[in-house]
Amino acid sequence: MTTEPVLQVRNLVKHFPVRGGGIVRRTVGQIHAVCDVSFDVHQGETLGLVGESGCGKSTTGRAVLNLQPATSGEVLYDGKDVTQLTGNALRAVRRDMQLVFQDPYASLNPRMTINDIVAEPLVIHHLGGSTSARRETVQELLRMVGLNPEHGNRYPHEFSGGQRQRIGIARAMALEPKVLVLDEPVSALDVSIQAGVVNLLEALQDRLGLSYLFIAHDLSVVRHTADRVAVMYLGRIVELAKRDDLFTRPAHPYTRALLSAIPIPDPRKERERKRIVLAGDVPSPAAPPSGCRFRTRCQVFRDQLDDTQRAACIEQQPLLEDRGIGHEVACHYPDVEKVV
Amino acid sequence: MPDVTTPSPDMVAAGQPGPGTDREFTVRRRSQSSLVLRRFLQHRLAVVSLGVFLLLVVLSLFGETLWHYKSTDITDDLSVAPSAKHPMGTDSTGHDLLAQVLAGTRISILVALMVAALSTAFGTVFGAISGFYGGRTDALMMRFVDLLLTIPSLAILITLSTLLANGGGDPVTIALILASLSWLSIARVIRGLFLSLREKEYVEAARCLGATDRRIIFRHLLPNAVGPIIVNATITVAFAILAETGLSYLGFGIKFPSTSLGLLISVGQSAASTRPWLFYFPGLVIILIALTINFVGDGLRDALDPQQRRVRA
Amino acid sequence: MSAAFELAPTTDTALLEVTDLSVSFPTDDGLVEAVRGVSYRVNPGEVLGIVGESGSGKSVTSLAIMGLLPQTAQIGGSVKLGGQELVGASYQTMAGLRGRAISMVFQDPISSLNPVYSIGWQLAEAVRAHNDVSKKAALSRAVDLLQLVGIPNAKERAANYPHEFSGGMRQRVVIAMAIANDPDVLIADEPTTALDVTVQAQVLETLDIAREATNAAMILITHDLGVVAGVADRVLVMYAGKPVETGTVDEIYYASQMPYTIGLLNSIPRLDSSTGEELRPIPGSPPSLLHLAPGCPFSPRCSYRIPLCDEQEPALLPVEGADHFAACHVADTLGPQR
Repeated sequence: MTTEPVLQVRNLVKHFPVRGGGIVRRTVGQIHAVCDVSFDVHQGETLGLVGESGCGKSTTGRAVLNLQPATSGEVLYDGKDVTQLTGNALRAVRRDMQLVFQDPYASLNPRMTINDIVAEPLVIHHLGGSTSARRETVQELLRMVGLNPEHGNRYPHEFSGGQRQRIGIARAMALEPKVLVLDEPVSALDVSIQAGVVNLLEALQDRLGLSYLFIAHDLSVVRHTADRVAVMYLGRIVELAKRDDLFTRPAHPYTRALLSAIPIPDPRKERERKRIVLAGDVPSPAAPPSGCRFRTRCQVFRDQLDDTQRAACIEQQPLLEDRGIGHEVACHYPDVEKVV
Repeated sequence: MPDVTTPSPDMVAAGQPGPGTDREFTVRRRSQSSLVLRRFLQHRLAVVSLGVFLLLVVLSLFGETLWHYKSTDITDDLSVAPSAKHPMGTDSTGHDLLAQVLAGTRISILVALMVAALSTAFGTVFGAISGFYGGRTDALMMRFVDLLLTIPSLAILITLSTLLANGGGDPVTIALILASLSWLSIARVIRGLFLSLREKEYVEAARCLGATDRRIIFRHLLPNAVGPIIVNATITVAFAILAETGLSYLGFGIKFPSTSLGLLISVGQSAASTRPWLFYFPGLVIILIALTINFVGDGLRDALDPQQRRVRA
Repeated sequence: MSAAFELAPTTDTALLEVTDLSVSFPTDDGLVEAVRGVSYRVNPGEVLGIVGESGSGKSVTSLAIMGLLPQTAQIGGSVKLGGQELVGASYQTMAGLRGRAISMVFQDPISSLNPVYSIGWQLAEAVRAHNDVSKKAALSRAVDLLQLVGIPNAKERAANYPHEFSGGMRQRVVIAMAIANDPDVLIADEPTTALDVTVQAQVLETLDIAREATNAAMILITHDLGVVAGVADRVLVMYAGKPVETGTVDEIYYASQMPYTIGLLNSIPRLDSSTGEELRPIPGSPPSLLHLAPGCPFSPRCSYRIPLCDEQEPALLPVEGADHFAACHVADTLGPQR
């Protein structure tokens, strides 16, 4: 694994307008889904992008691929800014960057056979030669993801969730992409099936040298697969670290609370664990708090700071930088605490 | 600990189903269409209605050649009540009513099918474009449809009939006139359908692969809209039968030398009390056609979109 | 029929006693046996965790107990609540018990709450359904309940509507409704699956409070083995409509004697795992409940199987441990797992 970033995201912003009622429907507000997000994905690595619902991770993934037009910012791939591409130039980049969807039941067209679904990318880009050559490629792809190619002329509803997800992966791999954005690829699958798909993704990465942006809310899966992890809260990255660093030395209060809340299938450990329970609800992304967005729920803000210290949290937005911890944190008062 | 039957360290086996797991295909392999067919066949009323309707079609197409009277034949029996020789009686000129009803049914069904075909084709394309592109295009197109829908349909039909066909005429013109209004509701339905279909994840997946709009509409959206399109087409047939009947009854629809059930009712109306067979036979046939088509439409709708009660396991 | 599984006699009266419960649904393709003989009992204050994946029958079991299955379902066996038989009970009897003696919390709070009435009104209605009290008294109890489950500013928020609450808060309101009448048994069916992890922690804490306040027996149904490890006293593992293992939580997690449970525990990624450890998936997928082949339903996916496994379905028999039962022909040869 070299240190060359294959994908660079700089100051990505995505706002959704909230329209009022009436005939004209003027814009009355903005939903700040993604606010000033920057990260790199290096060749051959898996960057985990984690957070709870509403943090903006899925929107980030879509914006990186220009499936959702970004409000501002850049996504640099191969010297080009993906957010500025359209038409054929965008279609060309799509061959290198693909998306694996979360829902194996909705992401496959119920009226198309598996062969057609997996062959579609080849057809769209006029690749793969004749129909029979394409058919062979499709069979090869199905074998690669662990499916029996003889079942290629069946329809999606005849397969299980795990198999459908493999079909989705085969489809994404048809164009031989270099970067895969994986949007919660195993969340919708049964527990015993998840492992198989995760193993498949890792095997594919090893064999083909792929780079992954792995979006998930399940930190246990991310612990297993990622090389580096970025934690998002309400549209911003609050902590970015190498995998082991994040899990053994989390510094941001949100990361610490998040890790402490995740149950471990080990009764003794669960009984001994200290759980940090956050107060209140996630604020609305249409009206995020001033300064640090996490301060309304932050256990450190609530219990450990005095008023002058709190003023900093209320007025200044903390930047994502290394404050001597060893990895980047966006907090005025970060503190390493082992919670796992 | 007994050795786990280790699959080969090849990535292929990373998820290879274990031995004997072809059990996963215990549900018999069935395509979508055979599932639909099966559900339709369980709807007894719809199946019977379909049978009756098809019988009517066949009779109307071939009945006249088989029956020994033609609709234009003038016999010597004037105003005869139904009998073995003339099962539906005759009118004052000596026409055999059964032959006329057969001819009229043929024309009426023909017009109805033409109307359904024309308005479904046009309405679907219109609604698809409006729903797929959304935004301003959609707003404009739908305001146009709304506008047309506010004008009383009968007024439009009569006006068109007078302008285009001198107050009535051949089946094709009448079909065109009726289709000019019936496409509106289809367009609305298809537009709503496309608005929701285009948000489906497999459409997003196609876009992500680089598919053009054209490919998305024809390869992804239309095949998934076939169900509602068919249901709407059957509804339109039912509508068209009654609309053509009404128009012809008022004198603005089919005219001599063609005949239609509506025309027969109109002519037979004045004699309804003295020679009821001239009025009621054509009327019954109209009712029969409308009912059977409605039931078939119901059956299709249930077959394509079954209401299932889901129980989580 | 797990005839060998005899419930050990206890000194307290078991609150809920399920014996050989079976549920089948007639479908177009044939009879689906969703539940094929489940037996367990829960005591007051105890938490039983029922674990299984989709298709295991865990949710259908609890719906059968509550009498909430569609009319077409065929239910066999016995469910005794404090000695009273629930299977085959009349609608009136069940309506009298639901919400009072036995309550349920579902996965999706949105569908449990009526969007057009305020939370306070709905809670008060739950109270008045089983108690003859004035509206004012019921409303005051509603506010007390909201405070108990941790809704801040309970008095003001009682007037709010469901859509004005977040997902976690709604689930807490549903829990409040479930304990409004001090039930003896509380069934929670995947109560936190749809929630974020930090919210899940809040709701699990609320469930704990609810259980302590009422000393109810709690049945927690979930697929999340982490949640069960932290909450349950006893665990029942279900597969293909039947229980395959049951025991205390420590016995199940550290000394399981059933390959499915072992496989499940080995296949889930853990937050505290050391780096580079590969996940060991269970090959294949759960069987269709339509036409189950003879023998153990797990055998096609099992790495410990012997020829007997394809011929005869194993009964739930005692294995090593205080109250530990497993349905496996090679149980007791598998050794301790951790």
